[in-house]
Amino acid sequence: MIQDTPPAEEEPIAPAEAEAGEPAAAPEPLPVAPPPPSRRPLVKRHHGIVRFAHWANALLLLGMIGSGLQIYMAFSHFGIRGGPYYPNPWDGKPFPLWARLGGWLAGGLNWHFALAWPFVLTGLLYLVYLAVSGEWRSLLFRPRDIPRAWQMQLYYLRLRKEHPPQGKHNALQKLAYTSIILLGALSVLTGFAIYKPTELHWLTALFGGYELARYWHFWAVWIFVAFIIVHVALVFLVDPASLRAMITGWYRGRFPSHD
Amino acid sequence: MTDRPLSRRDLLRLGLTAGAASLAGACGWQGGRLMPALEGASRLNDWVGEKVFLSHRHLAKDYPISARTPERNFPAYTISQRLPQLQDPASWALEVGGKVRKPMRLTMEMLQALPRVRYTIKHHCVEGWSAIATWTGAPLSSVIRLVEPTDEARYIRFDTFDANYYNGWDLESALHPQTILAYAFNDRPLEPAHGAPLRVYSSTKLGYKLTKFLTRMTFTSEKPGGYWEDQGYPWLGGV
Repeated sequence: MIQDTPPAEEEPIAPAEAEAGEPAAAPEPLPVAPPPPSRRPLVKRHHGIVRFAHWANALLLLGMIGSGLQIYMAFSHFGIRGGPYYPNPWDGKPFPLWARLGGWLAGGLNWHFALAWPFVLTGLLYLVYLAVSGEWRSLLFRPRDIPRAWQMQLYYLRLRKEHPPQGKHNALQKLAYTSIILLGALSVLTGFAIYKPTELHWLTALFGGYELARYWHFWAVWIFVAFIIVHVALVFLVDPASLRAMITGWYRGRFPSHD
Repeated sequence: MTDRPLSRRDLLRLGLTAGAASLAGACGWQGGRLMPALEGASRLNDWVGEKVFLSHRHLAKDYPISARTPERNFPAYTISQRLPQLQDPASWALEVGGKVRKPMRLTMEMLQALPRVRYTIKHHCVEGWSAIATWTGAPLSSVIRLVEPTDEARYIRFDTFDANYYNGWDLESALHPQTILAYAFNDRPLEPAHGAPLRVYSSTKLGYKLTKFLTRMTFTSEKPGGYWEDQGYPWLGGV
């Protein structure tokens, strides 16, 4: 329903090799001369809802992290008063001014609670889109993706020469994008657990109580930060055309755009 | 990788964009011209907190006495530089007035003659710390019934003798069965550090709403502010 080009008929093949028109048993790790970017077809890769959700999320997540670090500084420990406190490399440490949003505790709280709702709504919009469009099929990491992810990892480690076949996303991407959705859900749920520990006591109890919910909420930040760094690095190192696709929706790059 | 997508110029551009974005997004910025929007969002959250999350049926978990936080680790904040203490505790009484049919002056004897609520619950500070203690006092709802608020009464303003500290509450949270006027901490008469002779305590709100050193309770139709709330803290402070 959202495809502007007919879906691929056969099993998707290793894109770089296919485009380069070289035999699969090429002696070099990868062909050196893919067709010039202008000769590749321009295909629709991302629906408007996906692009909106992506960039809104990028901004909201930065704001949530900055205001969250500001809030953390009011009590930079995890565990009930009197301790012992849970292991935390940042225990008792401040975060630099440039990383914080809100200026002081009240400002941080107001930013955090104001951005939380659009963050939740954007996430829900994205999930509904994935479900309704069927796009979840090319994104969800399933058991059958485990060996494929392993092959992809071997390729990245240069222990396998050919790029494994893939559809819109390779198996490692599926793993990353599935995990990050779960991480977003975990952040929202632990957030509510520490926002209303009395009223939502069942949710708080699910995460091991108020102090532990706050602890998981904090660790989620560092997984997000690691994801963002790797995600942005891979965009520029592996597939810069995907940046254009996430802005305009249209893709002219080395990978298939559909499963 | 075969593609050579990243020139030095691209890297520079990326760095500048990311740097500008993080500077605009963070840098300890309070909000500037967005402050009114933030305050609007905060009022919306107060509304959701009162109308959606607050439940009179739900009681906070009552912990065993063994779960109490060691008292030296239970923080006690005041606005005044020096711990506020009454010169003449015997002459102290709580003035209750405003939009009520029966304004009253409640002495400690009168308060202690009211029904008694005692619980050991977790305290949640806006800063993020938590601690457990036992509190004993009269349910605020029993005082509210005594003074008979008029239909106009929607809020309660609490005044104190701790410098200019004051606080405002919604009537709904005030009527919660675990909202009390506390006169004992860990089964001893309330000490000055915890707001002697009388403080508000509740399972429904953060610590900065649990007003210490009470002198007066005023029922109002207009929403009262609060010492911290006037500076930007969320007004409801519900947990």
